Amino acid sequence: MNLRTGNCLQANSWICGKFITTREHQLTAALQQHVVLTVESVLIALAISLPLAIAVRRSRHATGGLLGLATAIYAVPSLALFGVLVPITGLRPATVLVGLALYSLTILIRSVLTGLESVPPDVVEAARGMGMGRARLLLRVELPLALPSIFAGLRVATVSTVALATIGYLIGEGGLGNLIAEGLTNYFKAEVLTASVLCVALAVAFDVVLVGLQRAVTPWTRTRTRTRPERVVGRSS
Amino acid sequence: MKTVSDVVDWLSDADHWWGADGIAVRTAQHVELSAIALAIVLAVALPLALWLGHVKKGGFLAINITNVGRAVPTFALLTLLALTSVGIGDQTVILALVLFGIPPVLTSAYVGVREVDQQVVEAARGMGMTGFQQLRRVELPLAVPLVMDGVRLAAVQIVATMTIAALVAGPGLGRIISRGFATQDRPQLVSGALLVVVLALLVEGGLAWLRRVVDPVRRAYRASGDAGELPPGPTLGVADFVGGARDTTDTVS
Repeated sequence: MNLRTGNCLQANSWICGKFITTREHQLTAALQQHVVLTVESVLIALAISLPLAIAVRRSRHATGGLLGLATAIYAVPSLALFGVLVPITGLRPATVLVGLALYSLTILIRSVLTGLESVPPDVVEAARGMGMGRARLLLRVELPLALPSIFAGLRVATVSTVALATIGYLIGEGGLGNLIAEGLTNYFKAEVLTASVLCVALAVAFDVVLVGLQRAVTPWTRTRTRTRPERVVGRSS
Repeated sequence: MKTVSDVVDWLSDADHWWGADGIAVRTAQHVELSAIALAIVLAVALPLALWLGHVKKGGFLAINITNVGRAVPTFALLTLLALTSVGIGDQTVILALVLFGIPPVLTSAYVGVREVDQQVVEAARGMGMTGFQQLRRVELPLAVPLVMDGVRLAAVQIVATMTIAALVAGPGLGRIISRGFATQDRPQLVSGALLVVVLALLVEGGLAWLRRVVDPVRRAYRASGDAGELPPGPTLGVADFVGGARDTTDTVS
């Protein structure tokens, strides 16, 4: 391996420091697009899933129907989901954003619902006894107690989205996926490996940030020995 | 909607169904390679997960392997495999499918066995059952719902990964979508996507149905005539897949 001499580019080595230094701007731009795409789609999904879950939670039929739909969408491979979205949103970056948000939505709707369900009935009773109205009960008691579950869903959704977003290269909106695709076309090993490693590192970084955020906003969970938050399942993309 | 009629036209063209790279051949490739990969996953991961769940060891590995699997983009792994000297062929595609299929089975089956009521296992031991008998006759039947969840998740994952394999010139139905993207042929792109959606939903629905059919607890209730009182079985959740979210202290022992 000619890591230091710069011949690693000619030799087409897997690991090549020269590639990173010469293509730094491109790497940063791809990373930035990847971060923006991930954050935007997860936030859109969160903004939709919270009110949606709160609206349907009292109705067993609506909850069951929504969860069934979420399971079905989740089973659809990302490539096919983007394909089905093309007639609606066109071959535009919006298709990637909508597709990614849909996947996160299927994960988050479940974790929000389970989180709200996990609030102990006697806690709700006590809050009502203190004279809390429905809005205050929701904001001050139910949502905070649902946070561990919501965060578990956010972690799965975010990490999945980082991986899924790579496919967005098909519409020129894949962040690091653009580099992987370019490396595939040019048979450029260092580009593919570097972008892949950055992708995994980004997923881990997001996860660490979310864990930190969760600890900051739910200080009570650190003192309690047993918490059993909700359950939803994730899949690699 | 013009696209709808174009898609109907594309799908009703017999040439698109039969032929060397028609829908029939692509579907057969997709199903065949997925089935082989699922069989390998079950042969490798299931015994390991059941045994780890029985001895209550290796929980950290069994649970975190899913997190690792989720963080690695299937497209990235397939591209890396495509650039090795072996290149993309049936074997390398199957290898990728297996790698992404193992985590859900390992995690679900492990959690399924570990979550079995320990009093029931104690009773089985008290009756003189050996470790293997406990696993075979007590823990496994009670873990069936979660084991089947793992099988379903792995199958869905494998079908999805198989679709992505087309992006690195692998076989399967994804080829119709990727060719549609490459040539900006929308009817072909959407038709291919719809075919994959149908396949994925058949796999998801079929295995969800199988889970209900093979669950011994549910069958016993049905046989005794009070299915109406069937308790809600165990379910999997994010907590089972996110490190630290679930109490895993019992894995230390």
